[in-house]
Amino acid sequence: MKSFFNKQHQKLIADPMGDQNPITIQVLGICSALAITTQLENALVMTLAVIFVMTSASSIISILRNNIPNRIRIIVQLLVVASLVALVDQILKAFLPDASEQLSVFIGLIITNCIIMGRLEAFAMGNKLWDSFLDALGNAFGYGWILVAVAFVRELFGSGKLMGYEVPGFNYLYELGYMNNNLMILPPMALIVVGLIIWMQRARNNDLIEEN
Amino acid sequence: MHNILRKIKPHFEEGGRLHTLYPAYDAFETFLFVPNHTSNRGTHIKDSVDLKRTMVLVIIALLPCLLFGMWNTGYQYHSQLTSGMDGYQEVYSIFDHFLFGLWKVLPLIIVSYVVGLGIEFAFAVQRKHQVNEGYLVTGMLIPLTMPIDVPLWMLALSVIFAVVIGKEVFGGTGMNIVNPALTARAFIFFAYPTKMSGDKVWVHSADSIDGISGETALGQLASLVNVNPLNTEVINKSKEFLGDGLYSLSNSFFGIIPGSIGETSVIAILIGALILLFTGIGSFRIMASMFVGGLSMAYIFNWVAPDTNLFMSLDPLHQLCIGSFLFGMVFMATDPVSAAQTNRGKIIYGFLCGVLSIMIRVFNPAYPEGVMVAILFMNIMAPLIDHYVVQANINRRLKRIKVNE
Repeated sequence: MKSFFNKQHQKLIADPMGDQNPITIQVLGICSALAITTQLENALVMTLAVIFVMTSASSIISILRNNIPNRIRIIVQLLVVASLVALVDQILKAFLPDASEQLSVFIGLIITNCIIMGRLEAFAMGNKLWDSFLDALGNAFGYGWILVAVAFVRELFGSGKLMGYEVPGFNYLYELGYMNNNLMILPPMALIVVGLIIWMQRARNNDLIEEN
Repeated sequence: MHNILRKIKPHFEEGGRLHTLYPAYDAFETFLFVPNHTSNRGTHIKDSVDLKRTMVLVIIALLPCLLFGMWNTGYQYHSQLTSGMDGYQEVYSIFDHFLFGLWKVLPLIIVSYVVGLGIEFAFAVQRKHQVNEGYLVTGMLIPLTMPIDVPLWMLALSVIFAVVIGKEVFGGTGMNIVNPALTARAFIFFAYPTKMSGDKVWVHSADSIDGISGETALGQLASLVNVNPLNTEVINKSKEFLGDGLYSLSNSFFGIIPGSIGETSVIAILIGALILLFTGIGSFRIMASMFVGGLSMAYIFNWVAPDTNLFMSLDPLHQLCIGSFLFGMVFMATDPVSAAQTNRGKIIYGFLCGVLSIMIRVFNPAYPEGVMVAILFMNIMAPLIDHYVVQANINRRLKRIKVNE
């Protein structure tokens, strides 16, 4: 009999965090990683939203998977994701109006986040509820930690703040002539920071380097 | 010197204590002497010009710009110092100007070389490849494109960015897609715009004097877009570009205007260009076609310019003499690694560089350094141009075969 949380389940969660990371290895969901990582707070809110939408959508689709007619499966998936996103959007508007305003259209664009549709189509359509839930959780966290890491670097060096608060040591640095790096706030730098993370990952694990 | 090197060599060879540092040792040895190892397989073309000599020649070509830049730094500073004080203008001699400039420019060059070469060595040791001479030129170009008052740590940061992101991620010298020196400048331009543009950074400011401002010619021109040509202030500003005003054609030609260290003097750049062309290092095709491209775009603008845009209607030759157009044309666009490789491709590449430079400069006054953006953009386009040139050639030859059959 299968245990409740066996090796395979661990792999479902661990892989997307590291060697199968949706952003750095599969290069999915890059658009939101570029757009909303100027501030740590936005990245955290986005991560939470994606975790919620992804795990719920995967679970729902996994339950329904045997009853979804194959021809209209994409529409059904979209419908589920869209209603969940609408829910998140409303909740954010009600309880976190500032973050909601800053994230603006990007909350709505979670619908088109390739990672979610990709996992629904590739995993939840063919696996049981618990497996699908874990897979979604792993992928959402894999997406989230990259987002938070990039946002950390960009907010720290771009505006000298973290979560919107001044970093304590920075006023001394300013007096010494330190200045915030404007390029960090511009989108290209997000791409470069993600690139550096990819570089580190590949340097640590040679299996990830494609052969030419 | 040679003896010392030979004495310490065993430490770095296989089995020696410091074997991991062999690339660093190798770099010093080949830098100081002609390499003593020859290629051990296949045929190689023998030529007296190897990578090292090429790089040294480019450095020599850059020297006029550097020396003039030093003099101009001192001159701009001292003339600001004595402005309005009759009779004091003669206090400082040419020598004083030069010494002051040397004092200001030397730290920039040292920082650029120490940081850049440090990273190159670290990568060479880590990856066990040889250190290339490529950085010698980049390290000289970077300070020359900076305003004189740039803080040293910013310079160091941009050098790190240029060497790591612009060069090493692609595999080091010869593999880079974009010109590393321009990468450094673009980085610092977008990262710290307050230190890279505006009217406060181009002349070294003394703490004792307030209101030292030396606007570059382009910055001045950018304020002349969309203005009423009958306004007295506008007339005064535009007068500076005529006759014997600060930004007149002759001043721009000789380079006695505020600007980045190496870019101001057309004469110094032309001397460098002659050295590059005479030794066959710089591509004549790129330089000529870029000049033609810039000139024709400037003529078009001059022709269609409305009365309210004095930037557009500037004399075309004058337009090319200000800013870093010529510096970019001679030293940046001709970089053999990032430029187009085919002959026809070089002409297209250069022409588009010129057209885009002037277009960006005039249409978007927020980016007065259109040259930088234009060359970077064309660097990225260069492989595409080459691809189509080669394809066109193949197709043409294929057609010929069919006719013969």
